[in-house]
Amino acid sequence: MTCSEFMAKLDDCLDQKLDAELRAEVDSHLRGCEHCLITMNTTRMTIEIYRRNDIYELPETLRTRLEASIMARCKKC
Amino acid sequence: MDIAVSDSASNVRAMQGILSQGAAEDSSRQDVSLAVSEPVEVHPDVALVERAKAGDVAAFEKLVKQYDRQVFRIAQHITQNREDAEDVVQDAFLKAYQKLDQFQGNSKFYTWLVRIAVNESLMRLRKRKTGRMVSIDEDVETDEGSMPRDLADWSPNPEQMYGKSELAEILRKTVQGLPPGFRTVFVLRDVEGLSTEETAESLGLSVPAVKSRLLRARLQLRERLSRYFRKKNGEGVA
Repeated sequence: MTCSEFMAKLDDCLDQKLDAELRAEVDSHLRGCEHCLITMNTTRMTIEIYRRNDIYELPETLRTRLEASIMARCKKC
Repeated sequence: MDIAVSDSASNVRAMQGILSQGAAEDSSRQDVSLAVSEPVEVHPDVALVERAKAGDVAAFEKLVKQYDRQVFRIAQHITQNREDAEDVVQDAFLKAYQKLDQFQGNSKFYTWLVRIAVNESLMRLRKRKTGRMVSIDEDVETDEGSMPRDLADWSPNPEQMYGKSELAEILRKTVQGLPPGFRTVFVLRDVEGLSTEETAESLGLSVPAVKSRLLRARLQLRERLSRYFRKKNGEGVA
């Protein structure tokens, strides 16, 4: 497996959608290619960091106000 | 790119206009209407929708409380504007309520709601007509992300390198730099956890188009975050 072929499978790799045969090919490539290993690990960390940190949290006071406004408008429909 | 909008059909065209900027892989689009036709298993929300259709406003309120945080987050990611996001939350739920009869129960209510929220968000983004729109076009043309350049490994615990608010600012700044078509796919797929198929359905894109954008979005974010999270000299050495 070349680096380009690995990159084409990166998303399936991150989403754990590789079949056993392809998984073995990827593992073999990663054992000998630090560049692709770092790319995969840091891309995985990127996704996990964004999942763990809610950067656009809806404050409870605003949430209450929005819900009240939505329901008031719905009741007028 | 003509994305003037006045009704739901043109909303979809507007959304596709923004989402398709510079993406040659999107030549085969799916037919998009608010009512979807693929049969999937019935979701528990469908019962609430049925009650709401029958006039039970409290049932709809449950749906609002269940999904308003997610809709707000998606709207903020797309519009990058707090006021717009607040308006999108209200307008998306109101529109969903008014169009409940169009929801056939063939897909998840949440996926259907997300499609409405994305439409509303992209309309607001368009209406602002700021300089951002120009730079968005330019950004899409770049190949950044397709060829990883930064080979530096990251600190084993990158989140601990910064305080909570500083980290949030880094993450906001980084995702803001993505073109809207990329960050929309990223937020739906990776932040909100929609499947590739659900993301495609919500955006009116083909599955290959979603996959292509997702890969580039992930790699661009990774590349940009490397500036902040790269391993310092001597770190990790036993």
